[in-house]
Amino acid sequence: MIRNDFRILLVDLTIRKAHIVDLPGRETYIGGSGLAAMLFEKYGDPGAGWSDPKQPLIFAIGPLTGYFPLMSKTVCGFLSPYHGQYAESHAGGRSALALRFADMDALVITGKASVPCVLSVGSRHMDIKDAPFLWGKDVFTTGKMLRHMLPGSGHRSILRIGPAGENGSAYACINVDTYRHFGRLGSGSVMGAKNLKAIAIVGDASFPLPEGKAYAKCFHEIYDQVTETTMMSKYHDLGTAGNVAALDALKSLPWRNLQATSDPGRIEGISGERFAKDMLLRNAACSGCPVGCIHIGYLREKFMADNRYLYRQVAYDYEPIFSLGSMLGFGDGFKVLGLMDAVEREGLDCMSGGVALAWATEALEKGLITEAETLTPLAFGEPEGYKAAIRHLGAATNEFYRLLAQGTLVAAKRYKGEDFACVLGQEMAGYATGETFFVSEALSFRHSHLDSSAYSADQKAQDKDAAKIVAGFVKDEASRCVLTSMVGCLFARGVFTEERMKDALNSLGYQGVAANLSQAGEAIQKLRWRLRMRTGLNPMAAKIPKRYAEVVTWKGPIDTVYMEQLRQAYAARLLELGREEGLE
Amino acid sequence: MKTFFASRMERCIGCQSCSLACARLVHKRLSWHTAGIRIGSSGGISTGFEARVCLACDPPPCAAACPTGSLSPRKEDGGVKQDRKLCIRCGKCVAACPVNAIVVDELNNPYMCLHCGRCVPYCPHDCLELAVKGQANFVQEVAE
Ligand code: SF4
Ligand code: SF4
Ligand code: SF4
Repeated sequence: MIRNDFRILLVDLTIRKAHIVDLPGRETYIGGSGLAAMLFEKYGDPGAGWSDPKQPLIFAIGPLTGYFPLMSKTVCGFLSPYHGQYAESHAGGRSALALRFADMDALVITGKASVPCVLSVGSRHMDIKDAPFLWGKDVFTTGKMLRHMLPGSGHRSILRIGPAGENGSAYACINVDTYRHFGRLGSGSVMGAKNLKAIAIVGDASFPLPEGKAYAKCFHEIYDQVTETTMMSKYHDLGTAGNVAALDALKSLPWRNLQATSDPGRIEGISGERFAKDMLLRNAACSGCPVGCIHIGYLREKFMADNRYLYRQVAYDYEPIFSLGSMLGFGDGFKVLGLMDAVEREGLDCMSGGVALAWATEALEKGLITEAETLTPLAFGEPEGYKAAIRHLGAATNEFYRLLAQGTLVAAKRYKGEDFACVLGQEMAGYATGETFFVSEALSFRHSHLDSSAYSADQKAQDKDAAKIVAGFVKDEASRCVLTSMVGCLFARGVFTEERMKDALNSLGYQGVAANLSQAGEAIQKLRWRLRMRTGLNPMAAKIPKRYAEVVTWKGPIDTVYMEQLRQAYAARLLELGREEGLE
Repeated sequence: MKTFFASRMERCIGCQSCSLACARLVHKRLSWHTAGIRIGSSGGISTGFEARVCLACDPPPCAAACPTGSLSPRKEDGGVKQDRKLCIRCGKCVAACPVNAIVVDELNNPYMCLHCGRCVPYCPHDCLELAVKGQANFVQEVAE
């Protein structure tokens, strides 16, 4: 519903009670990213660890959620098991509309249940069901069982974790409605630490529309732009997978643990074009998004003699094709789908999982570890070993996998091999585009390629002016903070210009928010950095491993002097952004 | 009379633009549920989507069950007209519909498809159509 205060459902799993709180702050914190940060500041304890039961797990939507197309994302805020600091992860599926129609701006979960449980919330219910029988079950089995246990089919969102989240992996994801994820930085383990196997959000309320004609007019302008222009077609057509061949051609696609940035012999087998031609089964969409960027591939596996087959459906995107494909040396999309399926089952983040195994493969090649650690042979391009390793990673079978599941650098420190750990704040995203991206991902707030446009900046010739580039990062982040507070899909950033967001807000009666947008963006940005610094971030200490200095892109070798200048300039600027207010 | 059909649901991506459009344009609500058409996954999301929507029974049992005349048969081709002013929210139509095409909100107001076709242009995959009965789904579009 349209309201100025934030309406928050606060669930305490320890005492099994929930209550509604109304909080002011809309004009400064908007919703989404801003609201999650505001709630973490209020309910989180920067001095306690990520697995402390009192730490909040936050899911927040924004003022435009459900009212406009592509306003289809939820922001998850939590203390990350990866780096122990405040983190944010975004996902779509049905989660955002489910929260909207459950009539809450955010769901905040604190405490720890005495036994594994499932939380179900809606506009008129709150229920905590004991579910010890689900503990240890993989993501697929859990999903099947939940569908029968929970109310509201079609108009609910189901968030669940797999073994990785139960076992405290630093990069366990939360699976959202089967094909989407709160992927990065370990939100799945925060659920696990709360003994919370799954959350159902049932969207069972409906609301009156805003008075007047402005809303209908604004809706149609946006809808037409989204569906009738070519603006969104790249996401619709090949999907993000369309970038795979393009990045390879630019010598910017990481192959075999970033030992190469292009592989002309293999690229054809994993390109977005190849996936669409041979593997694409159908598309799906987040609720409220007519673009339908989700691409679902078809995996057919022979499991027994006499032509006994089973089939599975696996969502693919650019990122898993990179992390479980090129990064692991595959030139066959079907094999990559098989690994995506295995990662999905364990509830691991696909990017971190793939990049961690790429490091392990090279470490094994170099003799830093042996099969006594990996328990299975690992070799680039060989799927069976990786499938076994993914199970070990989810289960944290031995000391080696336990450390690797805490982050590639954790294992790399123990077994040596930090130089070739492809970690930029977390296991890298798939853009070996150059200095700008490496520095951006190593230092940016989410350590995500979506924090700034650095990877596309790298793809054009640019002057090496560190101060200018850093100013660009900071400005870009503030404007993305606005969009991720609405909460819009970042793919829609071309449609939702600042003017358009203002129109949309005004049409819903949020004049105050509309008038304060850019100031709010900057305030949210600063609050997020303050939270990270309060929880331990020192941007000056961020490292870029040696492997990145060895990369050759379309521009030639990396300019390490410039990369270091840029790293220092950005880190210094972040220190300013995260400075506590009043301490000038 | 033209009738609304969810004819090509194999193409559906589950975006729920249709339900949102029906709620917004016909019922003046923001909702993905209190709408003439509702989208659910058919037996778990991995097997695709299905639509809950009126099949335009002729004669319509929901209208027969309605004690006040709030629902009455359309002039021809089945389905119903609705006069909300007459509705006493007894829920008899909901029970009478053989395919669960009528949904109620928290105040027990019933919602069903009135075969107006306003949701049709919102479907990005052309799953929906307003057609003369017996002629629906005969146009199979060929992809380029
Ligand atoms: S609402 Fe149900 S009973 Fe009434 S005409 Fe439609 S399908 Fe038949
Ligand atoms: S045809 Fe009209 S009443 Fe029926 S679902 Fe579509 S918009 Fe709603
Ligand atoms: S608008 Fe079309 S694609 Fe979207 S849910 Fe409705 S029928 Fe499916």
